[in-house]
Amino acid sequence: MTAPAVHPRAFPGIRTLSRRGALFGGLCLCCLPTLGRAAESFTMEEVGPGIFVRKGLIADATPENADAIANIGFIVGQKGVLVTESGGSLADGQWLRAEIVKRTTKPITHVVLTHVHPDHVFGAGAFVQDKPVFIGHAKLTEALSARGEFYRKRLIDLLGEDRTGPVVYPTLSVADTAEVDLGDRRLTFTAHGPAHTTSDLSMIDSGSGLLFPADLLFVTRIPSLDGSLKGWLKEAERLKAMGPSRAVPGHGPVSVDLAPALADLTGYLTALRDGTRAAIAKDVSIEKAVDIVARDQRDKWALFDTYNGRNVTVAYQELEWE
Amino acid sequence: MTHRIGQTLSSLALGLALATTVLAPAAWAAGASDTDQERAARWQEIAKSIFGDRQIAQTDSLVKIDAPVRALDAALVPITLTMPNDGQIKAVSLIIDDNPAPYAARFEFGPAADPAELKLRVRVNNYTDMHAVVETQDGKLYEAKQFVKASGGCSAPMGMSDEEAMKGMGDMRMKFAETGAGKPVEATLMVRHPNFSGMQMNQVTRDYTPARYIDKLTVSAGDQKVFTLTGDISISSNPVINFAFKPDGKPIQVAASDNQGGHWQHSFTPPSPTN
Ligand SMILES: [Zn+2]
Repeated sequence: MTAPAVHPRAFPGIRTLSRRGALFGGLCLCCLPTLGRAAESFTMEEVGPGIFVRKGLIADATPENADAIANIGFIVGQKGVLVTESGGSLADGQWLRAEIVKRTTKPITHVVLTHVHPDHVFGAGAFVQDKPVFIGHAKLTEALSARGEFYRKRLIDLLGEDRTGPVVYPTLSVADTAEVDLGDRRLTFTAHGPAHTTSDLSMIDSGSGLLFPADLLFVTRIPSLDGSLKGWLKEAERLKAMGPSRAVPGHGPVSVDLAPALADLTGYLTALRDGTRAAIAKDVSIEKAVDIVARDQRDKWALFDTYNGRNVTVAYQELEWE
Repeated sequence: MTHRIGQTLSSLALGLALATTVLAPAAWAAGASDTDQERAARWQEIAKSIFGDRQIAQTDSLVKIDAPVRALDAALVPITLTMPNDGQIKAVSLIIDDNPAPYAARFEFGPAADPAELKLRVRVNNYTDMHAVVETQDGKLYEAKQFVKASGGCSAPMGMSDEEAMKGMGDMRMKFAETGAGKPVEATLMVRHPNFSGMQMNQVTRDYTPARYIDKLTVSAGDQKVFTLTGDISISSNPVINFAFKPDGKPIQVAASDNQGGHWQHSFTPPSPTN
């Protein structure tokens, strides 16, 4: 897939140009954060009242796209703004922050770090100046300690130091559940067991009923396994049991019906699990398994050839010890 | 998403003092753009540090390396070594030229070995040549080569804490493939061990976890040795080795030790041969 389609729309109820935004734009257009050519068509979509989401590219990080590959956005509440996902790089986060200040003068009070992956946390550096509460899974700090610098160096190689940004750690850890009150709406957080990663945090907005599962839900883009395959299938059931009808996936369209999207996700994960188990039982080696497991899912997912083999490798290591 | 971003990037130049022999310190900062000539020169240097002045002849019959040209997971690159099983192979060494510690593994075969096919999983830190060097019973050396594209395999953090990674350390399993009577038995040995490379960050201290890896592993069929493996940090965590042996009805003994004094022993009973 190439760049996402542009969906220009009005944002009723939200000031189109804040004082800060006007000043910012008026004084120094040259300093406006940009994501480069590939990202010029990026835009925010209002997926619920006061909820804005930017669709990430279905691609891997490149110098051109500044790792703007995840669905990122924000929720405007009475008391302040909560950033649902910060972006894949400082540049991506700066772009998001500019989109926020264009639309509201409310303070940015919360930034959610949904899990350890770089395309979801490196935008956080753009919000440090706002001194928000950085919300993360109780296991996120240790996961970032182990991987943060590794990811950062990789990203610097790709984007340069200035556009990469720092590793930002959560200031509010969620071990089980937590709630944030934005005045007119409450956000309920759930810390999940090992699934997509070992630090997956989901969120439900009381204002819209929307679920923000982050990368516990992939749509269009092939899911990438970096936690526990069996755990992910379990947590997918849990998301379903939470009862929301619509969700903002970590990758894919800006919002989807949850039930069919989860069915597609678990369809892939189940094919991965059963295929890998069968390979192990038949003494099919890992290097042969990567070419045969879950092949019937190939037409259903973008970037299948890039990630399926890696997913099989991860699944094999988990399941061979069963 | 996109953990281990881009296999196209050069490796991290981590200035680490590894608790293991670094054979070619200059080598591992090398990038993906090196010429064949530069790679060949590096191999000469490494070969000399391991084998001294001994001649190494090229071979395409005494050993063959199979590895994915582009690794899907740099921390787990499956390698297959194929060798003749007529008794002429005494040992095989695997060298990953551009890894921080290039000498990844050495297998010395005993009388119960069938070295026809040997599989192991390794970490690859950079675009690199990989060399397999066999030693024949008459003391001669032969090499085969394969180029692999991967990056960051040695420093790639595990998806868990060190404590979790060390859970069950030393546990082992062995699976046996069904074979006919009188035929060599194919076996898969699985060992629970993090095989810390010394280049992975500890999640709590934010410091590097000291290298802790299986350095010696001996497999015997009864009293007869199958092989002794000398290992290093390039072997993936939770090592898995596929090998074949000549059964004599006695249990398979495995003894493993690591560089920090850990020692484990297990015994496995192969299925009795059926006709
Ligand atoms: Zn992710």
